[in-house]
Amino acid sequence: MNNDKWRMPKWFHQMGSPKWFYEFAGPLQLWFALAAFILLSMGIAWGVAFAPADYQQGNSFRILYVHVPAAILSQSVFLAMAVAGAIGLIWKMKVAFMVARSCIAIGASFTAIALITGAIWGKPTWGAYWVWDARLTSTLILLFLYAGVMALNQAITERNTAGKATAILAIVGSINIPIIKYSVEWWNTLHQSSTFSLTQKPSMPAEMYLPLLLTVIGSYCLFAFVLLVRTRNQILQTQTQTSWLQQHPDVTGT
Amino acid sequence: MLGFMMVIIKRDLLLIARQPADFLNPLVFFVLVVAMFPLGVSPESALLSQMAAGVIWVAAMLATLLSLELLFKHDHQDGSLEQLLLAPYPNWSLVLAKVCVHWLVSGLPLILLSPIMAMMLFLPYDAVPALMLSLMLGTPTLSLLGAIGAALVTGVRGGGMLLTLLILPLYVPVIIFGASCVAAAVLGMPISAYLALLAALLIFALMITPWAASAALKL
Repeated sequence: MNNDKWRMPKWFHQMGSPKWFYEFAGPLQLWFALAAFILLSMGIAWGVAFAPADYQQGNSFRILYVHVPAAILSQSVFLAMAVAGAIGLIWKMKVAFMVARSCIAIGASFTAIALITGAIWGKPTWGAYWVWDARLTSTLILLFLYAGVMALNQAITERNTAGKATAILAIVGSINIPIIKYSVEWWNTLHQSSTFSLTQKPSMPAEMYLPLLLTVIGSYCLFAFVLLVRTRNQILQTQTQTSWLQQHPDVTGT
Repeated sequence: MLGFMMVIIKRDLLLIARQPADFLNPLVFFVLVVAMFPLGVSPESALLSQMAAGVIWVAAMLATLLSLELLFKHDHQDGSLEQLLLAPYPNWSLVLAKVCVHWLVSGLPLILLSPIMAMMLFLPYDAVPALMLSLMLGTPTLSLLGAIGAALVTGVRGGGMLLTLLILPLYVPVIIFGASCVAAAVLGMPISAYLALLAALLIFALMITPWAASAALKL
């Protein structure tokens, strides 16, 4: 049987080697850090200081430049976690489990930031810190999902088993996220006529939109940077017995 | 394979019949939780009848979660789970058989108890069939989804609390459609759409969860 069609490229399997990943991610994380710093500082400075104030919300809309990237990332990170977990289960790569494990706290932080900035933004614009809006509710449930994954990952002491269990839960959760999202949206329209809709935004002018784009891309770079740092830390923690790490300049200090 | 599933179902039902507390306690818990609401909120019938659908659904969900912890626990502790996983049948059939038993001893009694609870909470009589139908379609989904969590926490210390954390967020769609179904029936609106959605969730869960739970059991 010819399986060549399904063979993954060589670099894909090289990623599965902790040593190779450690070496590969070292310089990469610096580039992501630099890109994140430049993009985020540019985007936030532009958005906070130079973009025009909103004609309805005044200056309070400027929290958008933190809120929206965090909200976008909260879902992307969950998906990344599920994909990394699936790769770990299918190709039996321990590094993929480490990536998935690194995603948990990052994603939970982004979700928490999205909820907190949303509450702060909600007070001046809606008059309440919390409303049971569909998006708010599904983001809150996403935070609960992260909490479940985190609790499971920490409850199992054996790392490989923890990785597999986390991967299964992350995959099941990511399949459930769209279902939860639509059920919450429908529940919301049924139970209360929403006075505030987040979905019907007035279209933004470019000088408001471009800083947002910068901060969103910058947040992705920040995520990649923190992910690589955390994954490399886990490699350092788990590979202490291997000879490549004991002779590595990062460890010997030469 | 069907024979294998039947053997498992008979065996588990027999085991539960010998230890009835395992399945009776969640039912008592269900009744107690429902009874707490009039005490905690208000005994007025107008208020209670508005809340009844949600209260019964939430209580049913919690009772299901409570009994899920034991789904694989005894078999794991006495080692028979390992032997069952080694049996020459697909592992998902084992999970499916276990879920069937779980539903028979937790979901089905909840459905049979629900009209009494509905009466205690002054749910309009017209909505009782909707409540029972929605529970009939919803509780198997709760058992199926819960099997994933039960499989994941098998052998983990303090698994019961963990199970609740893992599974409750996944129950959101079921409780929304289940409670909305009853709410619609109270208002005299058609409920077939909700039942169809609950059935769709059940079929989807039936497709995915036995596979995921058996993968989790083999960790």
